Amino acid sequence: MNRLAKVGLIIIFALVIAALFAPWIATHDVGATDLSARYLPPSSAHYFGTDATGRDIFSRVIYGARISLRVGVTVVIISATVGTIVGAIAGYYGGWVDRFIAGYLFNVFLAFPGLLLAIAMVAFLGAGLNKLILALSIIGWVGYARVMRAQVLKVRELEFVQAARALGASDLYILWRHILPNAIQPLIVQASLGMAGAILSEASLSFLGLGVPPPAPSWGVMLEEARDLATLQTAPHALIFPGAAVALSVLAFNFVGDGLRERLDPRRHVDR
Amino acid sequence: MWEAISSQNASSGSPKVPPSGDGRDLLLEIRDLRVHFDLGGGTLWDRITGGSPARRVVKAVDGVTLVVRSGETLGLVGESGCGKSTLGRAILRLIEPTGGQIIFRGRDLARLSREEMRRERRHLQMIFQDPYASLNPRLTVRDIIAEPLETFGLTRGLETEERVRDLMRKVGLSPRFIKRYPHEFSGGQRQRIGIARALALNPKLIVADEPISALDVSIQAQIMNLLKRLQREFDLTYLFISHDLRAVRYVSDRIAVMYLGKIVELAEARAIYEEPLMPYTKALISAVPVPDPTIELTRRRIVLEGDVPSPLDPPSGCRFRTRCPYAIAQCAEVVPPLVEIKPRHFAACIRISPDEPQIERVAAGEAPGLKRAS
Repeated sequence: MNRLAKVGLIIIFALVIAALFAPWIATHDVGATDLSARYLPPSSAHYFGTDATGRDIFSRVIYGARISLRVGVTVVIISATVGTIVGAIAGYYGGWVDRFIAGYLFNVFLAFPGLLLAIAMVAFLGAGLNKLILALSIIGWVGYARVMRAQVLKVRELEFVQAARALGASDLYILWRHILPNAIQPLIVQASLGMAGAILSEASLSFLGLGVPPPAPSWGVMLEEARDLATLQTAPHALIFPGAAVALSVLAFNFVGDGLRERLDPRRHVDR
Repeated sequence: MWEAISSQNASSGSPKVPPSGDGRDLLLEIRDLRVHFDLGGGTLWDRITGGSPARRVVKAVDGVTLVVRSGETLGLVGESGCGKSTLGRAILRLIEPTGGQIIFRGRDLARLSREEMRRERRHLQMIFQDPYASLNPRLTVRDIIAEPLETFGLTRGLETEERVRDLMRKVGLSPRFIKRYPHEFSGGQRQRIGIARALALNPKLIVADEPISALDVSIQAQIMNLLKRLQREFDLTYLFISHDLRAVRYVSDRIAVMYLGKIVELAEARAIYEEPLMPYTKALISAVPVPDPTIELTRRRIVLEGDVPSPLDPPSGCRFRTRCPYAIAQCAEVVPPLVEIKPRHFAACIRISPDEPQIERVAAGEAPGLKRAS
């Protein structure tokens, strides 16, 4: 594993700790406003300073990890599951099933810019954490399905799969016992990159007011609340800390994803 | 009598099955089996409308008629790409046949539904060429050998374990290795695992697709002897596919020679080696090295000109004519049928006949096989 991936793992570990133990790590109540303490700079009382209504930014960033990870993990689980099933069916059965799924369904979903589709869906469904997760899963599954289909196409031709067919094993058994375990590796890479994408999309949509509704301590919401020029000039910490949280988490998952890809790709080993 | 079938209707009509001579029961009867691969091609418009003269079709197996008798070993030889593996896989429907019949135990396998075929696989197993690729690297030997037993729900729990150990002993593997993974074994041992897996269901017929080609020469003999021993012990019938003529001779009762998707010669193993009729078979046999340096230096080799033609665009008439030293003009016009030239010795060549089976002695330009038909 390369150095960047290690850094990524450490950041992800910190993120998970922050999310799991947020009530113990946070120094203040995330909702408590204090109009006498607006835009305070970072200090020992408020590590990351305070925002426009005097809320503690450090505590809100810590709690924000919960929202980001919840969205990321749920979106990845849902879209990877759907993508794996659909991709495996397309790759294994081939023929008209594959032509419909890969030729038609994939392309329809890929033709839309992902975020735009998510915005349209949130506008249609209404804002909220669960609806956001649904929208991101709907745009996310295609990536997994494509990877899975390509893998299954490759693995299905391996001789031990043919052998299992010759032995009279059923399709479902072959998929589950022989194809999936030998096809799943690239999906782990995809899932890692998918986490980064989901976290970024959540922040973006929340920033646009289409994600998690405002009082919640989402990083996107925090950025949105501090996005005017005056804040940037007088209290940059209100933007810097939530912004850095988004950037670091996205980077961390991307680093790990790249590291895994390098690890799993035999050609890259030869290059180095 | 026989008749020369012209190239237009070569695949139609009812092909005659070479009669069985020694009274053993027929186990498998293949009639006019065809496996064509459509590579698409042509313009987009052609592809949408379906019909196109530019359509590229590989006729990997093109009208093969064969019988396999109970308890025998039928060897199937030919160069790479002649369709012998495709034929073997089509019999098990690992590749779907395009046409023809595969009659096994009285039923036409080509017409069975997926589920019916799945159940029939109990009696019809396969040994694969590559002992590395044919075993799932993530399963233990126990799981690999037990797979067919569990698939058909034949044994349970400890019984499965005992049966796996028994099978391992039968193929010469120590049951101590039952919990090991394939990568912990040598190529020969892996092939034994594959053989144990094929035996687990007590099949009637085993298609052995180049079972020794991937192995060291020293191991090849062991595996061949194992296959022979198991044949006696379990009353097995083999379709033994190989490009290794020495191996095929060693294990086979009868041998079929394939060239570009067609059977060109079929006879008892001894007859194929001692009195081959087809120029192609003669060349194949002359290419086998003799393990004696003095004979090897002096023996006459027939070297074929050119390469195997592309199966995308096979020659008209006799497919071997482009490389055949005895080819005449008529060879391009007539697809030679497989004819009984000598008792139980079939060949597909218009230049020989039962009256004069030696092609070298046939007068130049003569095609006795054609005359008999007209």
